[in-house]
Amino acid sequence: MSDPAVVAADEPELEQIVTGKQDKPRSLGSDAWHELRRKPTFLISLILILIVVAMALFPGLFTHVSPTAADLNHARGGPSAQAWFGYDVQGSDVYARAIYGTRASLLVGVFATLGTVLIGGIVGIVAGFYGRWTDSLLARFADIFAGMPFVLGAIVIMLTLNAPGSNPGETRILSQVVFSIAVLSWPVAMRIMRAATLVAKQQDYVKAARGLGAGPLRIIFRHLLPNTVAPVMVYATIALGANIGAEATLAYLGIGLRPPVVSWGVMISDARDYVAAAPHILLFPAAFVSVTVLAFVMLGDAVRDAFDPKSR
Amino acid sequence: MPEAILEVRDLVKHFPVQVGVLFKRTIGHVKAVDGVSFDLARGETLGVVGESGCGKSTLAQVLMRLEKATSGTVRFEGRDIFGLAGQELRRLRRDIQIVLQDPYTSLNPRMTVGDLVGEPFEIHPDVAPKGERRRKVQELLDVVGLNPEHINRYPHQFSGGQRQRIGIARALALRPKVIICDEPVSALDVSVQAQVMNLLDTLQAEFDLSYVFIAHDLSVVRHLSDRVAVMYLGKVVEIGTDEQIYEHPTHPYTQALLSAVPVPDPELRGRREVIRLTGDVPSPVNPPSGCRFRTRCWKARDVCAQEEPALVDRLGHPSACHFAEEHPHVAVG
Repeated sequence: MSDPAVVAADEPELEQIVTGKQDKPRSLGSDAWHELRRKPTFLISLILILIVVAMALFPGLFTHVSPTAADLNHARGGPSAQAWFGYDVQGSDVYARAIYGTRASLLVGVFATLGTVLIGGIVGIVAGFYGRWTDSLLARFADIFAGMPFVLGAIVIMLTLNAPGSNPGETRILSQVVFSIAVLSWPVAMRIMRAATLVAKQQDYVKAARGLGAGPLRIIFRHLLPNTVAPVMVYATIALGANIGAEATLAYLGIGLRPPVVSWGVMISDARDYVAAAPHILLFPAAFVSVTVLAFVMLGDAVRDAFDPKSR
Repeated sequence: MPEAILEVRDLVKHFPVQVGVLFKRTIGHVKAVDGVSFDLARGETLGVVGESGCGKSTLAQVLMRLEKATSGTVRFEGRDIFGLAGQELRRLRRDIQIVLQDPYTSLNPRMTVGDLVGEPFEIHPDVAPKGERRRKVQELLDVVGLNPEHINRYPHQFSGGQRQRIGIARALALRPKVIICDEPVSALDVSVQAQVMNLLDTLQAEFDLSYVFIAHDLSVVRHLSDRVAVMYLGKVVEIGTDEQIYEHPTHPYTQALLSAVPVPDPELRGRREVIRLTGDVPSPVNPPSGCRFRTRCWKARDVCAQEEPALVDRLGHPSACHFAEEHPHVAVG
């Protein structure tokens, strides 16, 4: 606004939008969608995410090799025409394992992040908005979880839920992994949300809304949330990658997913001792994690920008 | 005096000063508003003037019922606003509205102008049926001098003056009877200030509004107000009509404020005495005994420290000074 050149460049386009669809009031949501559809980063990240989701849902479309078939003759064999990504320590096809590992990794990554952000976001906005003793109570409660080291906390939770020696199914382990990650990492999201809410709550537009007679729900959803969600979203995109890694940590400790279930995290932790001898065993699953995280980061960025009218 | 629409009596708002993380102890109170009384007549504009930190904005918050008063009463059309709840409180919201100081933070940056000005109708759906809302919003934009076609724009695409017009349109939407203007022009350029003041003036006549107009500058208030109250450290020190305050001020603080108003006429400039107050405003947590202005007053005597001067008629209008008298050469004629 302070830069005249920017205003001048903006003006004709705006004028056109305003006069062109003059009779249709638009909302932030429809403006954001209009903006997103033309954004290359959004489209690229969306395509990448769709591919990853397709791999998770229908791994058979991408490979005919079984991820569990192993031939020790091929152990640590490099990439070739038979196995594009080479073979791992057990002589299994790395490509097939990476494809079949998508489902568990994506489920853990997405749902643990969703859980973290939802629990943290709700508790954070409630603590920030209501303040006083509600805030003190919720903040101390969050400190209990934040104070627990992740690995220790996860071991306690997983061993409590599964008696040692038991052999729970894949779905059960997956949901327990998601649960332990979400329960142990929501305080971070809560603090980010609380801080953002405390700032937004002081703004005059909240005062004006209260003066108009707006109730707490309207203030939270209409005025606070749109202005506080951005920093939490940035955290979420980072947390997504970290959560896929956290699943690997639990697998390595023997309390997470276990064979024959495959995940990128399991593959990375299997490859750990052979990095120098056979780097491809580590690099390919790591690349899958990186590209997936990158796609979500780009998506988060694009969505955040689209919902900030000032960045248009 | 015509019928009062707003009666404020002995209004007090103290904010506790607390220390401690888990168990909060109250170690004192910020006496933001400390015994303020005035009447606002229908169709009248009451200017409220004072330095930063004298409690003007807190007064606005309490009058809006955004903050609960510590004690005292505010009666709107005869009913105590602090006794209202539920439907009655919602009804009050329609009658008293506020225009806030900073046009850059008073509009949600993620809402379009149409949503901002239309929000009052969403909160009070009975005011306008859904189909009519957009037309009403555009009417309002037109009334405050904005292009009604700009409903899809966002606040950051407007200048400060235009944003303040959006704020005024939002306040007008529910057709209130009283609008509290909390320094509506102090964040704006001087040239734009005049436009917004003129707009407020026109709207007052058009919609039969009563204003409580808060400002930190006596010259801004004069243009609009019928009566003026001068505040210092949470108390009204002098109140009177335009003429009484600007031409016959009797409280030393009012005189000092007036002497600081710039004079446009260079001929007069040398002939006027400028009173320079020394020192800072004392802390509202622990205000001076007796008269609160005595620490900065050139007339202060022992009696000022011992006895608090009441706000009673002295020399024609209420003034809270033991030594109330007119001071030559400060009035702006």
